Amino acid sequence: MRKTLMFQLICGVLFASITLLLADESRTAKQNQLTKELNVFAAASLSDVLKEISENYAKETGERLVFNFAASSTLERQIEEGAPADVFFSADEEKMDKLENKGLLLPGTRHSLLSNTLVIVVSIDSSLRVNSAFDLTNAAISQVAIGEPSSVPAGIYARQCLTQFGLWQKLKGKCVPTENVRAALAAVESGNADAGIVYKTDARISKGVRVAYEVPVANGPRISYPIAVIRDSREAEAAKRLVRYLGSDGALQVFRKYGFLVDARSH
Amino acid sequence: MSAEELQIVWFTLRVAALSTVLILPFGIVVAWLLARRDWRGKSVVETLVALPLVLPPVATGFLLLKFLGRRGPLGSFLHQYFDLDIVFTWRGVVVAIAVMSFPLLVRAARIAFQEVNPRLEQIAATLGAGRLRIFFTITLPLAARGIVAGALLAFSRALGEFGATILVAGNIPGKTQTIALSIYSLVQLGHDTAAFRLLTISVVIAFVVVWLSELFYRRRDHA
Repeated sequence: MRKTLMFQLICGVLFASITLLLADESRTAKQNQLTKELNVFAAASLSDVLKEISENYAKETGERLVFNFAASSTLERQIEEGAPADVFFSADEEKMDKLENKGLLLPGTRHSLLSNTLVIVVSIDSSLRVNSAFDLTNAAISQVAIGEPSSVPAGIYARQCLTQFGLWQKLKGKCVPTENVRAALAAVESGNADAGIVYKTDARISKGVRVAYEVPVANGPRISYPIAVIRDSREAEAAKRLVRYLGSDGALQVFRKYGFLVDARSH
Repeated sequence: MSAEELQIVWFTLRVAALSTVLILPFGIVVAWLLARRDWRGKSVVETLVALPLVLPPVATGFLLLKFLGRRGPLGSFLHQYFDLDIVFTWRGVVVAIAVMSFPLLVRAARIAFQEVNPRLEQIAATLGAGRLRIFFTITLPLAARGIVAGALLAFSRALGEFGATILVAGNIPGKTQTIALSIYSLVQLGHDTAAFRLLTISVVIAFVVVWLSELFYRRRDHA
């Protein structure tokens, strides 16, 4: 008797959950017909600015942008493995080169849109005095959070920058490599890393860190954010429209507001 | 194997072994209390112990990060008074994998204790043996195989832990990078052949450990 009751109960729960799942599925399918959805794979450092731009974009065109934010290296690998991306917005040219060499970009859609600046940040309540990259060698600083220095763009830029200053060999041992630039920022915010090297735009959106030193653009690595439509995009026309929109004055103004440098080459 | 791979494998084996040794006494006590005693709050402890098994590993990692970070309740204390950091160090790896593998040890040890016939303990008591003596000469030896099998299982879980480890200890080559974290980094970098090499090594290690733990279970059945 108890067994049959248990069985009925399990069947009921299963049935209910399947119905719910199917109902949800058909609803999203309907939504897709109404509004176009574009999958945008974008560098982690672009997350806040692109969210704001996507709201404007949805208002103007009715098209919805679905984002996948991660380190550009992670995204590049995902696209290579066939992830359904329509547009890729990378934080360095190298990742875009990789996809282009494999023929995964829609020809003629690639161009460089933005640039950025590197800064050294410390936690807002930190008493550390850092006035130059050289101060990172100070014994009071035991951990410096940077993006993973061989794959994550922000980490590669940080490594290049420290190498230019002749500090990389000295500081290598202190570096805590992170998943993406925002994870480096979070490590400094939480106080678990004494300092970090991130983009100026990341430092700007954080209330938990202060900029201790800004690497002058002339002395720093060349930072460049290229964008392109992915070859296998099913919405290639809509994707091209989005790429054009991101290069328009309206979008560039928002990028500037967040502290990005608008790359001269795109004009 | 390259020197780096050797370092990663050796490091992983060492932290997993250390974590297993550390949780063993606690695991045995908790398992015995759950198997043999009735007390208030038992079901709460039971659930808490099993929690890391069912929670997403990153959720457990997040809790540990908040607790052990430099601003966390325990982390700030250790940092201030002992100048000891857990987050982003090898200690973080040990803590993360210890918490994640603890439930496996307790589960196996608890079953092992439950299978010990209480009459044997009662007989020992009538012959004048004290509680501790009964535990160490009767209960523990009879449950030993199950406990060792559980410890091996915990060890193998510790070898492969990823989610909690990457949050608490980061992924620092030469410092906190275990086999699992290294495979992840290699795939991210596109170094698939190197990832496959580490994968093969971890398959071999996992095979040996699981095989050993099965061996212990089976022997107990025959005894």
